[in-house]
Amino acid sequence: MKRHLISAADLSRSDAVLILDTAAELASVAGRPIRKLPTLRGMTVVNLFYEDSTRTRTSFEAAAKRLSADVINFSAKGSSVAKGESLKDTALTLEAMGADAVVIRHGASGAAHRLAGWVTGSVLNAGDGTHEHPTQALLDAFTMRQRLGGVAQRGNGLDGLRVTIVGDVLHSRVARSNVLLLAVLGAEVMLVAPPTLMPYAVDTWPCKVSYDLDAELRKTDVVMMLRVQQERMSAAYFPTVREYRRRYGLDAGRMALLPDHAIVMHPGPMNRGVEIAAEVADSPRSTIVAQVSNGVIVRMAVLYLLLGGAGEEA
Amino acid sequence: MCAMRPEHEPKRAVSGPSGDQEAVGEDSALERAEASAGKTVLTPEEIRRALSRIAHEILERTHGGEGVVLLGIPTRGVPLARRLAARIGEFEGAPVPCGSLDVTMHRDDLRLRPARALQRTEVPPDGVDGKTVVLVDDVLFSGRTVRAALDALNDLGRPRAVQLAVLVDRGHRELPIRADYVGKNLPTSYREMVRVLLTETDGEDSVLLGERAR
Repeated sequence: MKRHLISAADLSRSDAVLILDTAAELASVAGRPIRKLPTLRGMTVVNLFYEDSTRTRTSFEAAAKRLSADVINFSAKGSSVAKGESLKDTALTLEAMGADAVVIRHGASGAAHRLAGWVTGSVLNAGDGTHEHPTQALLDAFTMRQRLGGVAQRGNGLDGLRVTIVGDVLHSRVARSNVLLLAVLGAEVMLVAPPTLMPYAVDTWPCKVSYDLDAELRKTDVVMMLRVQQERMSAAYFPTVREYRRRYGLDAGRMALLPDHAIVMHPGPMNRGVEIAAEVADSPRSTIVAQVSNGVIVRMAVLYLLLGGAGEEA
Repeated sequence: MCAMRPEHEPKRAVSGPSGDQEAVGEDSALERAEASAGKTVLTPEEIRRALSRIAHEILERTHGGEGVVLLGIPTRGVPLARRLAARIGEFEGAPVPCGSLDVTMHRDDLRLRPARALQRTEVPPDGVDGKTVVLVDDVLFSGRTVRAALDALNDLGRPRAVQLAVLVDRGHRELPIRADYVGKNLPTSYREMVRVLLTETDGEDSVLLGERAR
């Protein structure tokens, strides 16, 4: 394991479990009158966001602030990027300001990896194109363990848990990171998507593939709906939204097929009425709000483990 | 995250001030062998007697344990706090709330070594506001762990008073901190190390004094 978090594949099982356990301990801080720890005092975390984001940016900001780090928010709009500054020059500028960690979201797959070669601080990938979004996968895994992991969770992975990920897998960095992380943690992952939205070479991923949503819903513990990413679609992947909804959308009727204990997840932002019906999103089975609050504590755990210690072990 | 350590590995078998022993390698089999060759300074019976005495002293000084909360500092302070609570319960018939307080995030030596896993913090349901909190740890050495614990406690609430109970005080304080209840005062040199073993974490009770390797 390195000092960056670029891909969920960087994490071994013990790394991932340590992050989940650390987050579980940090969860108690959220319930205290003083929700702040002094651990990263004097450190600077830069949020470098080239793409729009509500949840992830605010979540990283809250996480860094709760650990007493200073946060600099940088968004491409209204910065020198609009004047044509390259990623590298922006990175060197931030480096010169003494950033201990850079949280980057970028529209190009691999941007975080490139950035890691230019700066001395830690790089945390907060979503790069259609590639990866590892902290989202960690918070999803944390939510699954919290809801379905039973009483003694410390030290456990997600062994044997059946997770079905449904929708626009092709454009989803969340799906890719989740598949990699969940496989490492021992879960069985099933991808369900229209054939046109299934990624190339998906057979090399550590998961199974199906095109029949109803059959999979009956035997899953977790169903994760993905947003249909219209903004990344350069071609017609399905005939109409209505047809997509009828075959791959989760409505109340489909939700009734799920086993009683199963939970419904969505990384957000949702297209209510497309991949997920409003009554499903607002049902007690939905963990969508819990995912957001868990996002803060999981990102605190990651920031602490990346920045809190002495770095590389000798 | 390089330093991630497997979760259930028995940590800090070699105990300085609850783990901030400077150069003692936590994982060194050599040092463990070295320490286990050390001489026994407290036997299981002596540990039992020391804890009974501390329990009585706590009762005496707090007028019957009124408003007392015991908080153990992980790893080995936690079972010690539980034992003290059980002992006080036996003597007085009334149970004393007992919990644990992880100080990792408040340590001053975090940047000196790889990030460590967090331990449990469990505060009794009534909290610490207005209570007499007795911090419990296995070894008092530099005092830095206790300083971190005071900081951590500050974020949890405002106790009426804070006291400190330790099984072994080995001296060499680096901060103006002293213990209110001491199981055994053990004058040591810097070259020595004190190792506390407890049934709950190590399968047996004893306190060993050995030479530090190197």
